[in-house]
Amino acid sequence: MRILLILLILLCCGCQKQEVVMPDDNSTAAPAYGDTFIEASIGEPSNLLPVLASDSASSDINGLVYNGLIRYNKDLILEGELAESWEISEDNLTITFHLRKGVLWHDGVPFTSADVLFTYNVYIDPKTPTAYAESYKQVARAEAPDLYTFRVTYDKPYAPALGSWGVSIMPKHLLEHTEITKSPLSRMPVGTGPFRFVEWKPGETLVLESNPDYFEGQPYIRRVLYRIIPDLSTQFLELQSGGLDFMGLTPIQYQTQTDTLAFKRRFEKYRYLAFGYTYLGYNLNRPLFQDKRVRQAIAHAIDKQEIIDGVLLGLGQVATGPYKPDTWVYNPDVRRYPHDAAKAKALFAEAGWRDSDGDGILDKDGQKFSFTIVTNQGNDLRVKSGEIIQRRLQEVGIEVKLRVIEWASFLKEFINPGNFEATILAWSGSPEPDQYDIWHSSKTGPRELNFIRFKNPEVDELLEKGRRTFDQQERKACYDRFQAILAEEQPYTFLYVSEALPVVARRFRGVEAAPAGIRYNFIKWYVPEKEQKYQR
Amino acid sequence: MLRYLLGRMLLMVPLLLGITLISFVVIHLAPGEPTDLQTQLNPQASAELQERLRAQYGLDQPLYVQYGRWLGRLARFDFGDSFAQDNRPVGDKIVERLPITILINVLSITAILAVAIPIGILSATRRNSLFDRLTTIFVFVGFATPSFWLALLLMDLLGMRLGLFPIVGIKSLGFDYLSWYGKLWDVIHHLILPVLVSAFGGLAGFSRYMRSNMLEVIRQDYILTARAKGLSERAVIYRHALRNALLPVITILGLSVPGLIGGSVIFETIFAIPGMGKLFYDGVMMRDYPLIMGILVIGAVLTLVGNLIADMSYALADPRIRNS
Repeated sequence: MRILLILLILLCCGCQKQEVVMPDDNSTAAPAYGDTFIEASIGEPSNLLPVLASDSASSDINGLVYNGLIRYNKDLILEGELAESWEISEDNLTITFHLRKGVLWHDGVPFTSADVLFTYNVYIDPKTPTAYAESYKQVARAEAPDLYTFRVTYDKPYAPALGSWGVSIMPKHLLEHTEITKSPLSRMPVGTGPFRFVEWKPGETLVLESNPDYFEGQPYIRRVLYRIIPDLSTQFLELQSGGLDFMGLTPIQYQTQTDTLAFKRRFEKYRYLAFGYTYLGYNLNRPLFQDKRVRQAIAHAIDKQEIIDGVLLGLGQVATGPYKPDTWVYNPDVRRYPHDAAKAKALFAEAGWRDSDGDGILDKDGQKFSFTIVTNQGNDLRVKSGEIIQRRLQEVGIEVKLRVIEWASFLKEFINPGNFEATILAWSGSPEPDQYDIWHSSKTGPRELNFIRFKNPEVDELLEKGRRTFDQQERKACYDRFQAILAEEQPYTFLYVSEALPVVARRFRGVEAAPAGIRYNFIKWYVPEKEQKYQR
Repeated sequence: MLRYLLGRMLLMVPLLLGITLISFVVIHLAPGEPTDLQTQLNPQASAELQERLRAQYGLDQPLYVQYGRWLGRLARFDFGDSFAQDNRPVGDKIVERLPITILINVLSITAILAVAIPIGILSATRRNSLFDRLTTIFVFVGFATPSFWLALLLMDLLGMRLGLFPIVGIKSLGFDYLSWYGKLWDVIHHLILPVLVSAFGGLAGFSRYMRSNMLEVIRQDYILTARAKGLSERAVIYRHALRNALLPVITILGLSVPGLIGGSVIFETIFAIPGMGKLFYDGVMMRDYPLIMGILVIGAVLTLVGNLIADMSYALADPRIRNS
């Protein structure tokens, strides 16, 4: 024990106390260049060549290194990035992009329309192992009539096409004569974006440095450092000890573990609605769920706010349909299902379900109302939601069993073959409202996404019209009606939209939460000169 | 002796083949495929694309063809390219993570031996004393404590509140700017907590082995003889008893050779150490067959070699076995 004490004292001398800068309240301090922004990633980025990357760590980094032709602004409206402007032909078949002049790749070579055409060709090349080629295969003809014009023509009008040109444009001169999967760029990317790649130590850190020639001006923050820290608890400890400047919190960390004065002095917490929603989906091929009144009754029996309070600690909103409430496409005037056990029972009775034998469980023609909800392992929120639903449904006389299955088996044995009664899952969303793949009746085949087998001719028509229409008002009309039908039919009981809960070190200024999150204006974030923490 | 060695090594070849065959079949039996991660529930992925991806990875071939191809590459010491999106050679991915894994495991085994052997000896010679009981409790608490929990507590207390130790990784952020002794100290400083935590859980096994070996030996006739000769208790215990009691430890050490490249996922995840455990776990989760097979083969070879070394050194250390 004595030896241990001495050891501890010795160790104490070996470590220097970190200087923590206390920001004064003067938040108008002038923007200044410099400092390092440190954030953590749960996983190692897999591949920094945009066409081959699909994990979030790689996409985050590629988002700073590369640009697309267009992007979504803070209000999720499309604006030009590498394209200064674009026009859509009268017949809605051709999009012409006018590119920015004077943009340079990080190695100094000028960016031109040849790079855009090349990127398109890489995506549609059958030898490229990418799962993201579908939108580019819709293109009938792509051409680069001059150095700064790029034009694509489609066979039929395809509105999601525009958003698909937010894809990261890759440098032709560095990729054209190599096999795409063997390119060195997958370990050291070269883009046109606000930050340049510096160094990657596998399993440890990845460093980016601001691009002084960036076409929208050099970012204020000089370096961005990603640290690979696979455990969220460890990330949180490291954040508190000053080793991180940014982190996405869990609801419990946000609500209960960051309310200290010391934490608030050093970090600013933000919250905004994340894309995506969690739902309870019914297999509509099963007789149990074919009556609309039954699905509506279940929706009334579930208390969604209770799930949000219990599972997300209140950090979320009730979902009423497939869209996020703060987007242009969201329709607030759809049928809602407040928690109402009496109404649920009435609807069940109307559909013929009564507790005739007095065992507390509804029955009809001698058959009990009993079903199993399946969900995947590894997502605690879904399992907990399932348990809360289980209890509420028991109150109205339905026996619910909950089964949790490992992801690969879950898809292979249950979802893909349609071998389930109900499931709790989530869809991630994007600013593009096209929902064709999830709800169209042609997408009910094996391994396709309409695995609950929802078939509604009017919805089919609306989805087809929606993806052919470019005018936002007209599109909204389609999707408003689409949301109304889904709310009425309740093929899913839409449960909740969760919130993203980032924290940023207070010395960073210029951070503003918007529907697009907080990172959309990252190049405008700065640290006033007096508060800068890292000099090199 | 040489003939025996050669014979043993020849026998290892079919054994290794058998191990690879079984492993190969078993991992392909698990539901799901490497391409699923990209294509399942992805609106952008068509059925045709899924087939194309499978063909690119060679997954459309029958299993025996896949195994044959894999074995062919292995014969040229090529583990193939990873199915993960980085498509890097499996060999590179493993080599990158070996040094830190081996370092931590060697340090932790050394720490375990350094503490467990004295504990074992003392609690055997003072059987049922207060010391014996206290250390028994201590090592079993270590055995029963979940390492992730202990790690988080220590990180919170020693790392964050007291600021004595760095919390994550194996190097500080400014590592590149340090002098060589600064670098050395930095790495040691980072390794103390992980090694401490991983050694704590291993104490029980070794110290109990040591204790029961020692008790066994002390009962032997030659110890009685030594005592009867009038040797001091010190000489009896440390010269005669200890050397015999240490023999089985050689076997255990031999068996822990494959453990040198293994790592604990939980442990590496918490301390953010880029080691083999996490690599293997991620490989399994995304069904990265070449990577899984690569690690399994290395593990199998080390197990076989470790067994061989244990047998050989046992013979070297114990004349009774050497002469029979």
